[in-house]
Amino acid sequence: MSGTVIEIVRTKGDEPETVGRAVYEHPLVVRWCHWLNAISLFVMVGSGLQIFRAFPSFGAKIPQKDLLSWPKSFAIGGWLGGALQWHLTFMWIYIATGVIYLGYQIFSGNYRQVLFTDRDIPGVWPMVKHYFFFGPKPEQPEAYNPLQKLAYTSGIGLGGLSVLTGLAIWKPVQFSWLAWLMVGFHWARLWHFVVMWAILGFVLGHLVMVVLHGWNNFVSMLTGWKKDPEY
Amino acid sequence: MEPENDKPGANKAETEAKPVEGRVASEGGEARVVAGGGPRMAPRRMNERRFAEVSRRELLKVVPVLALGAFAIPSFQESLLKKGLGFSDWASERLFRSGHLAPTFADGEVTPFEKFPINGYDVDDPGVDFANWSLTVSGAVKKPGDYRLSQIQALPKFRQNTRHVCVEGWDVIGRFGGARLSDFLTMIGADTSARFLTLGCADDYYESLDIGTALHPQTLLCYEMYDRPLTREHGAPLRLNIPTKIGYKQAKYLTDLKVTNVLEKVGYWEDQGYSSFYGL
Repeated sequence: MSGTVIEIVRTKGDEPETVGRAVYEHPLVVRWCHWLNAISLFVMVGSGLQIFRAFPSFGAKIPQKDLLSWPKSFAIGGWLGGALQWHLTFMWIYIATGVIYLGYQIFSGNYRQVLFTDRDIPGVWPMVKHYFFFGPKPEQPEAYNPLQKLAYTSGIGLGGLSVLTGLAIWKPVQFSWLAWLMVGFHWARLWHFVVMWAILGFVLGHLVMVVLHGWNNFVSMLTGWKKDPEY
Repeated sequence: MEPENDKPGANKAETEAKPVEGRVASEGGEARVVAGGGPRMAPRRMNERRFAEVSRRELLKVVPVLALGAFAIPSFQESLLKKGLGFSDWASERLFRSGHLAPTFADGEVTPFEKFPINGYDVDDPGVDFANWSLTVSGAVKKPGDYRLSQIQALPKFRQNTRHVCVEGWDVIGRFGGARLSDFLTMIGADTSARFLTLGCADDYYESLDIGTALHPQTLLCYEMYDRPLTREHGAPLRLNIPTKIGYKQAKYLTDLKVTNVLEKVGYWEDQGYSSFYGL
């Protein structure tokens, strides 16, 4: 169960000597979902950009004004049909990891560790000052600080939006109400694209923080255990 | 790797020698949960070698995720992606509702005719001889044979402003007119318990439709766009207009229609690797 704390001891002679601590932060379900989601997100973005290459615009086909010419080498699938195969295959993995993760978080109560709520609001600005403006480091009594909670909660929200906007493009007739909510099919395609960049922004921030937080933090998403946590 | 951890006796000897530690050196999962997730209460203790073992075991539990790497193996990739696409088609067919209509639009929202893109797989004009044109009907029908355009035009005419969505990503709202395919199927005495319709075209393009979509009230044998007879680039004299399907399923320059239970070929683009069902 997440939150479990242990003291790591070394036994030499009679007295056990404490050499470190560890917290079980990430249950197996979360770790599975995290890595499967990371792989599927990579494929969804890569194949999505190849799909975008078929019509790199959000305006009319006639006259067409291309928004950007995305290089083929930074895309997956090789051609539109190939990219659609990747996209329509990995979307199921992407959706499944999201649904299982959310279900698990809610069912287990583990969401309390990461869900941003109103009581986290006062803690956001001190963390921003610390991260970006050399402010003092606020005390951290929990696994996730308020800014982290905000980032992860928004990241998960963006994941949900990526599915909904995608569904509106894929099935604009069966889910016409979704397309309608997004001001129509034509706009849903733009929102899908915008949400992708927002998710990539989240991923970039996430990766930077992983590098800054060091090895033990990275290992915790593999083994579940975070050795010598800061809190 | 620390080889001493693999010796089964090592930990056992320790835990037996120190009963207090032996109790706490159990599975990580059995250790006490600390209130509030913080480390304020006295934590349980675990021998460092035991911790290394627990960590390694937890790591191994994550390894199956690498099975997704099968997608990177060229010999597996094609069949895996085909299965994924097949699953999406299966789901698409489940999502299709025969009574659910595609959105329709006001005349003012229709894209001007000259801005309606023309996509052909081969030529914009396969040179159909209109005077001698007919639609050849075969398969599970009571009245097979050649049908002239006037026979199709004698059926009740429907007009609709619907969205035409291309697999490339663009979309336009067009104005289409024609006979309901379902009315035509009734006229030819089609066996509607058959599963598919296959369609042949003057430019050698070919397509197929599930019977559910063929019977949908918005599926038209279209001979008019923008209240004028179809132009050659848009598929004259007869094309499909199916607001519940992606563009490439809406074949132009129709020449053949067959009602069948067996699909030998799905469609030109489908056989290149595109989705077979692609319902919107």
